[in-house]
Amino acid sequence: MVEIESLKKWIELYGEKVTENKEHLNQLDSDIGDGDHGSNLTRGAAAVKEKVSESEYENLSDFFKDIGMTLVSKVGGASGPLYGSAFISMAKQAKESDDLAVLLEAGLDGIQKRGKAEAGEKTMVDEWIPVVEALKENNLTNKVIEDSLQKTKDMKATKGRASYLGDRSIGHIDPGAQSSAYLFESLLEAGVLNG
Amino acid sequence: MGKEIGMLVVSHVNDIANGLSKLLDQVAQDVTIKAIGGTEDGEVGTDYARIQEAMDSFEEDKVWAFYDLGSAKMNLEMAMESSDKEVRLFDTAFIESAYTAASLIQADVGEDAIVTQLDELKIKE
Repeated sequence: MVEIESLKKWIELYGEKVTENKEHLNQLDSDIGDGDHGSNLTRGAAAVKEKVSESEYENLSDFFKDIGMTLVSKVGGASGPLYGSAFISMAKQAKESDDLAVLLEAGLDGIQKRGKAEAGEKTMVDEWIPVVEALKENNLTNKVIEDSLQKTKDMKATKGRASYLGDRSIGHIDPGAQSSAYLFESLLEAGVLNG
Repeated sequence: MGKEIGMLVVSHVNDIANGLSKLLDQVAQDVTIKAIGGTEDGEVGTDYARIQEAMDSFEEDKVWAFYDLGSAKMNLEMAMESSDKEVRLFDTAFIESAYTAASLIQADVGEDAIVTQLDELKIKE
């Protein structure tokens, strides 16, 4: 069971991380994409912060929905509908469960439904799948997060903008996996799992 | 409302969306064409909220949607899921297919015949 206060902390930390690492995300994205992933997420994070800070939430679903709807509108790039779909899907699931593994699995489903990506295509999904698996086993650590991220480096992109590069996408960490890693590192730091 | 089908064109760049709309207006004076491009603050990107608003604002029940790149498609699909309109999304060459559709809708060519022609312009998954 998760508490809204610790989830707020989670989202706040995530916003700080993407903002602090804006240039790094932009750089990863310019290597294999269009170079705006950090800027887009920073814009989204600012909008989410404003939205969430001025609202009181009585249930998880409303909280996740606000985040999702803000992200789809404010982020601009492909990460908007992808992260947005994750949170909107989590909002739906939160009406039935408050188990974090179940919620994030619903988030992953939302991303896959929207982006139609499978494992191994060098996308954010390659970060989400192992994290959700680890959460189910009560075994999410920074090592799981980091190892999954590094694995995207050797993958060849077959989905998304990076797929235009074919073999040249190999050797670069996927920017969406990197921003997702920040999301899950923030989850650990916020102590959501301890609650 | 001139024709049964309205057209929605979505680009990452406002000038591209408006430019395409200008091109289409030349061959399709009676077709409702709405163009959405860029983010709310004029940056490169696509904006779900504006796409949704444009989609729902058609008088026509049928809306045919054309887009440039992947995230425009994702936002269009999200908008379709919560819209009452009968929206058809085309994974076709953006300018060529929108131009073909506009001119054929204007000429009252049947829907199926237009779709068959557009199928040949399919270049996206």
